[in-house]
Amino acid sequence: MKAKVHVTLRSGVLDPQGKAVHGSLSRAGYDFIKDIRIGKEIAIEMDDLPREEAEAKLTEICEKLLANTVMENFTIEIE
Amino acid sequence: MKFGVIVFPGSNCDHDCYHAAKHVFGHEASYVWHKETELKGLDCVIVPGGFSYGDYLRAGAVAKNSPVMEEVVRFASGGGLVIGICNGFQVLTEAGLLPGALMKNRDLKFICEDITLRVENDSSPFTSCYEEGEVVSMPIANADGNYYADQETLKMIEGEGRVAFRYSTPAGLITPEANPNGSVGNIAGVFNKEKNVLGLMPHPERAIEPELGPTGGLGVFESIIDIIS
Repeated sequence: MKAKVHVTLRSGVLDPQGKAVHGSLSRAGYDFIKDIRIGKEIAIEMDDLPREEAEAKLTEICEKLLANTVMENFTIEIE
Repeated sequence: MKFGVIVFPGSNCDHDCYHAAKHVFGHEASYVWHKETELKGLDCVIVPGGFSYGDYLRAGAVAKNSPVMEEVVRFASGGGLVIGICNGFQVLTEAGLLPGALMKNRDLKFICEDITLRVENDSSPFTSCYEEGEVVSMPIANADGNYYADQETLKMIEGEGRVAFRYSTPAGLITPEANPNGSVGNIAGVFNKEKNVLGLMPHPERAIEPELGPTGGLGVFESIIDIIS
């Protein structure tokens, strides 16, 4: 089975990359954009597991390695 | 006394730390490969700077799961002195030994320059040879040195006197202009609750020989040696 983990900075945490990209687009005239925040997508291929177990295991690895919950949030999408 | 310098794939300040301990201060020092599972006979563990595991995923994230880190956590829990410098600081926050996290620098740049710091707390095994309020100079060299902690954590750190160093002007003022990377509260280094673990972004090991520049890092090593000897 496949899963996708999205890791984003927690709201309120300054995202200098997002700010730089936003600034670049604003300078290019795309002034309809209000805010940009950049995160990562982690694509995972894994053994087939019952959905609940997969969710629990993926949550565990997010907390253990994939995200730093001091500054990041994560969401898990099982395909 | 004996220093142990942890070496991860991608560490690049390990030799500087070894040189500081062994040749500048004349104490015993050894390298500890990250696959080691014992920290025998060490008085102080140094987690050095560099780019452990290429800083893949996040700075320090992969290194925290190295076999040796379990032992470093145990060593620290038993009261052993652990100092994390630069990437080492990132590893220690990732490992949960220190509060907060290090994020990308505010201006997205790798910054390599001498900066000035104010000593915020001189009652720790790492800062006893400084005076509180003293301004010292050391180099920083990082892209992810922007210290972050949420309001609640910050309140706790401040309340417990756990800020070791802050970025300051040469006159010791804590201003936004003196903050090179956007760190919250100009924080450059923090202790754990018991103050036997210190993490800092500036490099004390590169600031101990007058031939090479500022010597603001001397106090860190002198304090450690003082308490162990």
